[in-house]
Amino acid sequence: VTPDRQDARRGRLKVFLGYAAGVGKTYQMLTEAQDLRRQGVDVVVGYFEPHGRRETIALTEGLESVPRRTIEYRGSRFEEMDTDAILARHPQVAVVDEFAHTNVPGSERLKRWEDVHVLLDAGIDVLTTVNVQHLESLNDQIWSSTGIRVRETIPDWVLKQADEVVMIDLTPRALLNRLERGVVYPTERARRALENFFKEPTLVALRELAMRQAAHAIETRLPEETAEWSDLAAPEAERERVLLVLTANPSSAALIRRGRGVADYLRAECLAVYVSKSADLGHLPPAERDALERHLNFARALQIETRILQGGHVAETIVNFARLNGVTQIFVTRQKSSALRAWFASAFVQRLVTLARDMQVTVVADRSARRERNGA
Amino acid sequence: MSVETGARDPRRDPEALLRHVEAVERAERRGQLKIFLGYASGVGKSFKLFDEGRRRHARGEDVVVAAAQPDSPPDVLQAIAGLDVIPTLTVAGVPVIDVAAILARRPRVCLVDGLAYDNPPGSRHAKRFEDIEELLASGISVLTSVNLEYIAEQQEFVRSVLGTTKTETVPQEFIDRADEVVVVDAPTDGAGISAPQLSLLRQRALLLTADVVDRQLEAYLRLNGIESAWGTQERILVCMTPRANAAKMLASGRRNADRFHGELRAIYVTQENLTPEDRLALARNITLARAQQAQVETLEGRDPIRTILAYARAHGITQIFVGHNLRRTWRSRLGGTPLDRLIRDAEGIDVRVFPQ
Repeated sequence: VTPDRQDARRGRLKVFLGYAAGVGKTYQMLTEAQDLRRQGVDVVVGYFEPHGRRETIALTEGLESVPRRTIEYRGSRFEEMDTDAILARHPQVAVVDEFAHTNVPGSERLKRWEDVHVLLDAGIDVLTTVNVQHLESLNDQIWSSTGIRVRETIPDWVLKQADEVVMIDLTPRALLNRLERGVVYPTERARRALENFFKEPTLVALRELAMRQAAHAIETRLPEETAEWSDLAAPEAERERVLLVLTANPSSAALIRRGRGVADYLRAECLAVYVSKSADLGHLPPAERDALERHLNFARALQIETRILQGGHVAETIVNFARLNGVTQIFVTRQKSSALRAWFASAFVQRLVTLARDMQVTVVADRSARRERNGA
Repeated sequence: MSVETGARDPRRDPEALLRHVEAVERAERRGQLKIFLGYASGVGKSFKLFDEGRRRHARGEDVVVAAAQPDSPPDVLQAIAGLDVIPTLTVAGVPVIDVAAILARRPRVCLVDGLAYDNPPGSRHAKRFEDIEELLASGISVLTSVNLEYIAEQQEFVRSVLGTTKTETVPQEFIDRADEVVVVDAPTDGAGISAPQLSLLRQRALLLTADVVDRQLEAYLRLNGIESAWGTQERILVCMTPRANAAKMLASGRRNADRFHGELRAIYVTQENLTPEDRLALARNITLARAQQAQVETLEGRDPIRTILAYARAHGITQIFVGHNLRRTWRSRLGGTPLDRLIRDAEGIDVRVFPQ
């Protein structure tokens, strides 16, 4: 295929957003794929997870599938989407289930969403599915309320870049009925699922989160002229800039997620800094340096600009940087690992608040602490 | 620990428990109401509604069709095909559901496509939703459908987006009381409505349903004595003192609450020995809070920090806004820095400190 003007166009990404397995995301996606096929569009299935659901499997009938590739890892064989084969086939539209999937080690890319980006870059439109709990910004919230740490996450900007996000809704009661009837999972797995994730209040909460995310996704896509009559066009003076103060403390991960989430809603720019005594991190103990590197990388993965500032007086250094960069809000964590640390943290916040007379200082909640107290 | 916040523990409140038992008994006698909410015509509400009816019928439930839209598309007609139909009566050219016939037939589930109809004068009820209310009260469950633009409280919004309003509407309260609300968020070409207009309607439909779901979640958590901890909706609490620069905190609170499509509350914890100037300043702040459409409350409690936090927990607050000078305000009495304590004890809640 010779690269012509059509190939220069980036593919469109459409996401079917749900809140749990079994709400009908894949079903809806395949229904749409069939509609496209009937209209004469060249659609292939790039990856599909049947889960033994008959009604869903029936919907793949007549659709061409690109065979998966097999990857050996530690003596076992795993099947992954064959991105190269889809590129070679070059359909107009590819159906790719489970957007948040993490590829087995040895795959070319770490995450399926990265494979999807390769397809989009090649001008292939992609239909995909994801559940709201895989969004990075909701990770702590879901952990604190369910005790489940979702490992397969996607950065929020990946969803934000989608051309269309559609919410697939089913009431929790209907979902639980389907689960009990064995539609979603074979029975033994259903029983375990019911015991863990599939508790009614959890489903209700996740469903609400999915609706709010879908609404947010629409809002970020509204054209500017529409934004004006929907109160989104803030005067330049009200534009916010959020600065996250990172440390080696594990609470920094939650700070990054929360800060990014708040900045997104406020349509604010987001920066992150670490204050170091020397120009590089060489003076730090290895464990601390590793933790810090991890936090800086994590922030960058969420498209947060990071800086290492050099200075002896931490609060002064931060406030000077913030003032020079037009920051309106500073986000810090609350560290509670020891009474002494807590005292220092509190003294630090006081100092920051005293110095940053022209800014707001937010102490981000320690949501894991609450989880321990609830004992759930 | 006694903190007067107005929040009651339902586990220990016999009145609340009784109300709960009564509500459960009522719910058992009543039919269940399920509403399919769309943001525009053509999103496939009718199909979803009848398809669920068809599936329930296939599982052995006694399902009847009480109203369908004229000119239903083929997929809808196919879903209806195997179901009993109780035809609508046509009175003065208006289709009216035949409540008497349905009550005589007594099905388990009744399908009513199109909720927002005014019945002609002389009908059993003036509005179709009142007909449905009677069916529910007699123990028949109802599946029905409605578009956002037919909700009475949404008329101002609908006018701002579409330039027109509807005369036949359903009160929001009827939607809020439904046992289940499903949002039908499928794409549509929207017949004459532009893409940005459709986006705004879609967004509003999603947020409206999210609010309904949030209230259901809250009710569930409260009934089960679970501290409201999900934080699915952002709720901002502005703490006012006489000397705080409340105007700035409230304006910021309003803006943030709007951006998050969340809730804004403002509280004041009463203090003794207020000077006349303080009293005046406080009255001004409370007026400001009302102007920002915050829910304003005055609380009593010997320990202000504890009172604020108890209130915040009871109301599922996710962000507390305080003035920097909170330190000065209460320090003398407590001999510490209240801001420290607030930050230390506000587990699970962000604390935003405003310069004063």
